[in-house]
Amino acid sequence: MPLLVKGARFIDPAEGVDGAFDLLIEDGRVARMDRDIPPGEGVEVLDASGLVAAPGFIDMHVHLREPGEEYKEDIESGTRAAAAGGFTAVACMANTDPVNDTSSITERILKRAREAAACRVHPIGAVSAGLAGERLTEMADQRAAGCVAFSDDGVPVRTAQLMRSALEYAGMLGAAVLDHAEDMSLSSGRVMNEGAVSTALGLGANPAASEDICVFRDIRLAALTGSRLHILHTTSGGAIDLIREAKNKGIEVTCEVTPHHFALTEEAVQSFNSAAKMAPPLRSEADRQALIAGLKDGTIEVIASDHAPHYEAELQVEFDAVPFGIVGLETAVSLALDRLVHGGALTLPQMISKFTAGPAKILGLEGASLRVGAPGDVTILDPERMYEVLPEAFESRGRNTPFGGIKLKGRAAATIVGGKIVMNRIGGETVIHAGVPEATGTGVMH
Amino acid sequence: MKPEPLHRKDLLSIRDLSPGEILFLLEMTDSFREVNEREIKKVPTLRGKTVVNLFFEPSTRTRTSFEIAGKRLSADVINISADVSAAKKGETLRDTARNIEAMATDVVVVRHPASGAPAYLARELRCGVVNAGDGCHEHPTQALLDLYTIREHKKDFEGLRVSIVGDIARSRVARSNIIALGKLGAEVMICGPRTMLPAEAESLGARVTTRVEEAIEWSDVLMALRIQLERGGGASFPSAREYANTYGINRKRLDGAKPDLLIMHPGPINRGVEMSPDVADGPFSVILEQVAYGVACRMGILYLLAGQRSATSADVPGAEAPGADASTEDGSGAAAAGGGAGETRKPEVENAVAR
Repeated sequence: MPLLVKGARFIDPAEGVDGAFDLLIEDGRVARMDRDIPPGEGVEVLDASGLVAAPGFIDMHVHLREPGEEYKEDIESGTRAAAAGGFTAVACMANTDPVNDTSSITERILKRAREAAACRVHPIGAVSAGLAGERLTEMADQRAAGCVAFSDDGVPVRTAQLMRSALEYAGMLGAAVLDHAEDMSLSSGRVMNEGAVSTALGLGANPAASEDICVFRDIRLAALTGSRLHILHTTSGGAIDLIREAKNKGIEVTCEVTPHHFALTEEAVQSFNSAAKMAPPLRSEADRQALIAGLKDGTIEVIASDHAPHYEAELQVEFDAVPFGIVGLETAVSLALDRLVHGGALTLPQMISKFTAGPAKILGLEGASLRVGAPGDVTILDPERMYEVLPEAFESRGRNTPFGGIKLKGRAAATIVGGKIVMNRIGGETVIHAGVPEATGTGVMH
Repeated sequence: MKPEPLHRKDLLSIRDLSPGEILFLLEMTDSFREVNEREIKKVPTLRGKTVVNLFFEPSTRTRTSFEIAGKRLSADVINISADVSAAKKGETLRDTARNIEAMATDVVVVRHPASGAPAYLARELRCGVVNAGDGCHEHPTQALLDLYTIREHKKDFEGLRVSIVGDIARSRVARSNIIALGKLGAEVMICGPRTMLPAEAESLGARVTTRVEEAIEWSDVLMALRIQLERGGGASFPSAREYANTYGINRKRLDGAKPDLLIMHPGPINRGVEMSPDVADGPFSVILEQVAYGVACRMGILYLLAGQRSATSADVPGAEAPGADASTEDGSGAAAAGGGAGETRKPEVENAVAR
């Protein structure tokens, strides 16, 4: 059934659109954007008056845990969390069990997504077999099966030689390498940022230089190979400086920041709060300010959640033994609206771009625009909505978040994938309808 | 600065304590010290209470000190070391501790290699938790006995100069002492090679030097820390020999020291590494006094936590377990004082002691 979204302020940074329109989606794709489109016979109408509509948000960095760790999350629960958070597409990292390092695993993920997902799922293939840092995966085969990029995320690509080969090989296939940048000789076994807080708590800590060193290595290799490099979850002001400088030299490097790294600092770890344990870690206020400056000047073009659900019992241990990472799909958009847009760092169109055009370009996804013919993926925002983060109400199986109980201003109001409303809370209660329409294709450009 | 009664379920860190609470704990140490000097070194104060020493790291001195402290108060003391506990069978710290608590334990004394582990347990358990050393974080009872020892010799903390020499970055003893001394008005200097100083060391509120001679000349009290020899040859120091040559406290180095310098060490000593035998056993040394006062200090802490337990748990919904109530019926008198003001508590301690 065609869907008509009425009365919203439409913001499409890629097309330079910002105004009051109606949008008609037919056969899963954008058919028309115009003022006052009359609702025809047999057309479903979504009244979005007073809300903001944008191209579908993409979270290019999530851990769906399937296959192998379904007790933490699976494709169904993870994509329901994505839809609840306003995302129409997610790219899932390869550190599952088994690792997504062969096309058969990629195909399995896509098959499960077709059966159960509430949004589009784009697998990311491993750089090295088993994430072991020894030999390259069959990237061409994985690419053909649907992998949109390659990454050993969770751990850095172990050696400069392997990273060089990965960039050359992935570059040949038109895919970017997504880089978890840490020098493990500085970071291994260290559980937070090095500074006054780690000194007070006596926790093992790594300096921001750990990230800078790996970012420097990989930027040089991107320059050497001419391939596309994307730095995941940047945390350090030093790394942002290196990336900015590389961009100015014309090196093909992009980067992302997570909401927790722009919203929190190492202070969140005080009292051994293990919900603030991440790798790379929350850093200093100066680093956080550098990240916000990087968002403002465009050095950072992507906001991604690094959604990392964990099982409750695994969290009920001493700080050193708690696994790294937090869930983020259901708080990312709100944190961006609250801290960045209402906080005055970004305009609404700038913030939307970091969830749409930014990641779409890196992953080679169509969409991220509302032009006629684009996939009918729309995220509807209620930027003024105040609400309290309630982890117990998350769609995700993970409840590990440092944001539980805080109030945020701004929230996703509805999520539309291929012209189908997969999440709607405009009426108050959140309603989720899983199932991505087949006819709309995968959204991957070839 | 006046003693201020301590009403806490747990003793987790010096950072949590007010200066008045620290002084109160020193007074408690004073009260119990006398028991240890008697012919019959036992009082019935904690009869019917159960104290579990849960040690996930090897320790002779601290565990023995807590054990003796508990036994002299007539508590039942059980030692569990990581080797024999369920930790190796994959049971989590939380489950291990909750099982121990389920046996109506009043106080769990925890030593753990992970910083923050006792704080985590304290949140999970209704019974009292004492931190007996956690990772590189804190060792509050060691700092309290160190303070008591210092006060025995120097009377006043205000303006007193205390230096701590060794692997400050990885020392829980150093952290607790720096914070405690700072709270009582002493000046602290930390000294060690750069590789053994923590990041932003000044944030701890201490002066920082890498020259041991400077620390020695400046100090009224000098604390040398145990060097972890098993860490030698790694990134933090080249060898025991190099450390002894550059930072070891020996008679010759003390030539520039004040005549009444006090020498301390939390033990066990690597003789000839961080301290030479002639200094450890010499006239400035109060190392064995530290050990002796440690028992009295821990008696005071166990008394406070086990004695207050019934009062504390009464505030917790569903906490009135039969075991907890029964344990106040032991007639010791002291336990019933939970919630009372410090002024009334102190004499009762003396009553208990005089029995």
